[in-house]
Amino acid sequence: MTLDVNSILPKRLGVMLALLTAGLLSPLGYSATASTDTSNASQWQQTLEQAVGETVYWHAWGGDVRTNDFIIWVGEQTEALYDVKVKHVKLSSTAEAVTQVIAEKAAGENTNGAVDMIWINGPNFLAMKQQELLHGPFVSQLPNSKYLDLSSNSAASVDFTEAVAGLEVPWRLARFVFIVDSKRVQQAPLSMAQMLTWAQVNPGRLTHPVISNFMGSTFLKQALIELTPDPSVLQQPATEQSFALATAPLWRWYDAIKPHLWRAGKSFPENEAIQQQMLSDGEIDIAMAFDPAAAAAGIASGLLPTSARVFVPSRGTLGNISFVAIPYNASHTAGAKVVANFLLQPETQAQMQNIDVLGSFSVLDSNKLDAQQAQVFANLPSSEALPTLVDLGPTLLEPHASWTTQLKQHWSQRYSQ
Amino acid sequence: MSFKSWPKWLMLTALAVGILVPVLVGLGETIWAAFGILPALGRHTFSFNAWQQLLELPGLITSLRLTLVSGFAATTIALTLALFGSAWVYHSSGKKSFLSQLKPFVQAILVPILAAPHAAIAIGLAFLLAPSGWLARLFSPWLTTWELPPNLATVQDLWGLSLTLGLIIKELPFLWLISLVALKQIDVSRQLTLAQSMGYSHTTAWCKIIVPQLYPLIRLPVFVVLVYALSTVDMAQMLGPNNPPTLALATMRWYNDTNVQLLLPASAASVLLGILIAASVILWEVAVRTAMLTSKVMIRSGNRTGKYPFFTGVLTTALPITVMLGLLSLLVLALWSITWRWSFPDAFPTNWSYRYWLQLMTHVPLAVQHSIIVALMSSGLALTLSVAWLEVQDRLGGHLYKLTLWFIYLPLLVPQIAFLYGLKVGFLRLGLNGSMTTVIWAHLLFVFPYTMLSLVGSWRSLDKRYVQVATSLGRSWWSCFWRIKISLLLRPLLLAWAIGMAVSISQYLPTLMIGAGRVESLTIEAVSLASGADRRLVGVYGLLQALVPLLAYSFALLLPRLVALKK
Repeated sequence: MTLDVNSILPKRLGVMLALLTAGLLSPLGYSATASTDTSNASQWQQTLEQAVGETVYWHAWGGDVRTNDFIIWVGEQTEALYDVKVKHVKLSSTAEAVTQVIAEKAAGENTNGAVDMIWINGPNFLAMKQQELLHGPFVSQLPNSKYLDLSSNSAASVDFTEAVAGLEVPWRLARFVFIVDSKRVQQAPLSMAQMLTWAQVNPGRLTHPVISNFMGSTFLKQALIELTPDPSVLQQPATEQSFALATAPLWRWYDAIKPHLWRAGKSFPENEAIQQQMLSDGEIDIAMAFDPAAAAAGIASGLLPTSARVFVPSRGTLGNISFVAIPYNASHTAGAKVVANFLLQPETQAQMQNIDVLGSFSVLDSNKLDAQQAQVFANLPSSEALPTLVDLGPTLLEPHASWTTQLKQHWSQRYSQ
Repeated sequence: MSFKSWPKWLMLTALAVGILVPVLVGLGETIWAAFGILPALGRHTFSFNAWQQLLELPGLITSLRLTLVSGFAATTIALTLALFGSAWVYHSSGKKSFLSQLKPFVQAILVPILAAPHAAIAIGLAFLLAPSGWLARLFSPWLTTWELPPNLATVQDLWGLSLTLGLIIKELPFLWLISLVALKQIDVSRQLTLAQSMGYSHTTAWCKIIVPQLYPLIRLPVFVVLVYALSTVDMAQMLGPNNPPTLALATMRWYNDTNVQLLLPASAASVLLGILIAASVILWEVAVRTAMLTSKVMIRSGNRTGKYPFFTGVLTTALPITVMLGLLSLLVLALWSITWRWSFPDAFPTNWSYRYWLQLMTHVPLAVQHSIIVALMSSGLALTLSVAWLEVQDRLGGHLYKLTLWFIYLPLLVPQIAFLYGLKVGFLRLGLNGSMTTVIWAHLLFVFPYTMLSLVGSWRSLDKRYVQVATSLGRSWWSCFWRIKISLLLRPLLLAWAIGMAVSISQYLPTLMIGAGRVESLTIEAVSLASGADRRLVGVYGLLQALVPLLAYSFALLLPRLVALKK
C-alpha cells in the first residue's frame, strides 16, 4: 500500500501544481479552466485525477506528416500538464479502428478495449452511433466545450445531417477546396457548369479520386448540390423517387464531362494524396482537398509548387468538421476526455491553425473567445496560398448519408464495366 | 498411440493448436459472415443476400478477368524467365560479354529486389514508367518536346499490363534464387556435360534434362507466386486499373467502406477469392502435369539440336530488362528519399534534402526494434516447426500430414483482412489482445507456410541413402539429423528462414489488427504514410523496410560459402 501511495502522490501533486501554474508559466498561456458550475467542476476534477498516468491510444489516419507531428505535440503538452500520454495509432483508413471495436464487441470485450479515441466523422460516426459503439454523451462534461457553438443546428452539433448528441468532440474544420497551379491555370472554373467548359478546352487535365474514396464521392456531392434543382431535398433521406429526380442533371453533366477527363475518365487516382501528387507532377491541373490550408501546407512541405493556390466555386463548398469520439469500451476514458478537452483549448486551436504547424481552421466560436484569446488567432502568420475564411465563401451542408451511399452505387453501375 | 510415435503426436498437437485452430477460427467467422451471420452487427439469420449483392457488383466480370489474366501471365512469365536465367548461369560459353561477367554476382544483384517490400517496388516502378515519370523526365523536353506529361496510360492501364510487369519484376528474383538454391541439390554440371557429350545443345539439355528435375523442387514456391499475384492489394493499388480494380482490391475497398453493412458482401468476396485462388492452383498443376506428359514424347524423340533462336532472343532481351527495371525502381526511390522537390521535366531532383532521414532517427527506433523482434521470433519458430514436421514425417511417415498441409496454406488463400477479423475475435475471446506474443503468433500463421513452401522441395530431394549409410555406421539419430541433413541442407534452410524474416517484416494488417495498435512496427509506419503518397517518405521507409530482409538474405547466401571455405 505504502508503495502505491508513494508512487502516486508525487504525480498527483505534480499535476495539480501544473494545473495551478500552467497559466502563469506556459509560454502559450494555458489557463486553468474555471467553470461556474461547481458540480461540473468537481466532476471534471475527478476525471483529471482518474486520468493521471494514463496513456491514451488515439487511432487516427496517419497519412499526413504534419498531422502526425501535431499529435506528437499534443501528447507532449498533455503529458506535461496532466500526466496523460498520447500514443498515435496510425491508420491507413478509419474503418480499421471501427472494425477493431466491432471485433471487440463480437468477442465480448466490453471494458478493456484497445481504442481510446478515434479521429472520426460522417459515415464512420453514423455507423458507430447506430451500432451503439460510442461512449457518452460527454461533450458537455468538457470545460472547454464552452468555446463551442453547440446550438442545435450549428456545424459542431450536426455531422453529415446526423445529430452529434454529445458523442464526439469537434477538433478541426474541413472545407472542400480545389487546388491549382496558378502558373498553369489563370482562370479557375468557379462553377460546375464552367468546369465542363474548362475540361472541354483542357482535355485530360481534370480528374477526381475513385468514387469509393471519400474525396471522390465528395466531388460528386459538390457537383450534385450545385446542379440539383432543389438542394434542400438532400437534407432528407434519399428515396428512389427523390434520388432519380435530384440526380438527373448530375448524370447529364457527368456524361458530358467524362470523355474530357484524365485518361478519358476510364481510370482515376486512388485517393486525394495521389491526385495532389499528379498535380505536382504536372499530369493534371486541378486537385481537391478537404482542408483550406492544403495548398499552403503542400508548399511548406515541398509537395506542391510554390505557385499552388486554393480556389472555391462561387456558390461555396461542402464543409464539415473532424471530430474525436471515445468507443464504449475504451480502457482510458478519462484520459481520452482530458485529451479531447485539451484539443478545444483556444491556444491549442491557435497552434493548430498556425500555417507553420498544421494550418487547419479552428472549430471554436470566435464570439466566445475573450480579447486576449482572439488576439492569439489574429497574430498567426499568414501565407499567400492560405485563404481567409471570407475567401472561402459560404459553407454548404453535407447531404444525408443515404445520398452518398446511393451516389456511389449509381455511379459504379453507370461507369464501371 | 504407441510410445514410439509420440513425436508424431506432439508435432500434430503443436500444429493443431498453434496453426490449424487459429486458421479455422479465422476462416470460420468470414464464412459465417458471407452467409449473413455477423452478430456484432445484429445479423443472426442465414441468407444468400451477400452473394447476391456480390454478383450484382458492376464490373465483377472485369475484376475477375483482370485478376486471372495478371496472375497467370505474371507467374508464367516470371517462371520462364527464372528458368532461363538459371540456365544462363550454368551456361559456360566461350564468349566474354559484359552480361556473362555478371554471373558470379547474380545473387547479389537479385537480393535487393527480393528484399524490398512489394509496395516500394510498385511505387518506384509507377514513378519510373508514368507519363510524368523518370524515363519521361530523362528525355523531356529535349527529345520528346513534352513541357507537360502526355495523357498516356503507361501505368494503371486498363488491361493490367503494368500490374503484370510489376509482379514479374518482383517475383522473378524470388523464383530465380530459389531455383539456383534448388539446383545445388541436382548435379547439374555433370549432367549437362554428359548430355552435351551426347550431342545435345545446351538449351535442349536444359529443357529436357534439368527442368523436369528442377520443377518438382520449386513447385510450391511457384504456387506462392501464383497465389500472391492473384491476391495482391498493394501492387494492384499502385499499378493496376481501378475502375473496376482486381477482385482483391475491390474486396479490400468493401472492407474499408464506411458502410459497415458491406462487411457481409466483402466476406462473400473473400470466400470467392479464396475459391478462385484454390481453383487457379489446381488448374496450374493440371496444366503443368499435362505439359510434362506431352513433353515426354518430345524428350524421348531424341532430337538434340533444338536452338529456338526466337525464344532465346526474346528471353535474352527480356531478362536483363526486367532485372534492370527492378533495380531502377529501387534507385529512383533512393533518389526520392533525399529529395525535397522534383518537378517535371527535371531529370534529377530540383531540391535535395536529408530531413526525412534525420526525422527517422527520432521517430522509429522502437518500431524498428519491435519489427526485428517479431520477425526473428516468428521466422525462428516457423523454421523450427517446418524442420520438426519434415523430420517427423521422414522418420514416421504418414498421410495425415498431406491433408493438414492444405489447411496450413489457407492463410495464403484468402485476403488477409477477411481472415484476420475472425482471428482477432478468436484471440480476444482467449483474452489475448495486443501483446507482442499475440502478434508473433499471428505472424507465424503467415510466415510458416512460406518457410514450409520454400523448404519442402529441397528437403525431400535429399538423398535418403546418406542417412541410411550413416545409421548403418552406427550414428545416432541426432547425429544423422544434425551432421547430415542440417549441414547438407544449410543453404535452403537459411533461405527459408530469410524468406520468413522478409514475410514477417512486411506484415501490415496482422500487426495492426492483432496488435491492436499497441505493437508499433516499421511497416505500420510505412503503410500509413504510403496512403499519403509522399514518394520521399515511401523512399525512406521502403529502403529501411528492405534493409532487414536484405541483411537476412545476405546472411543466408553468404554463410554457406563461409562454411564451405572453412571446410
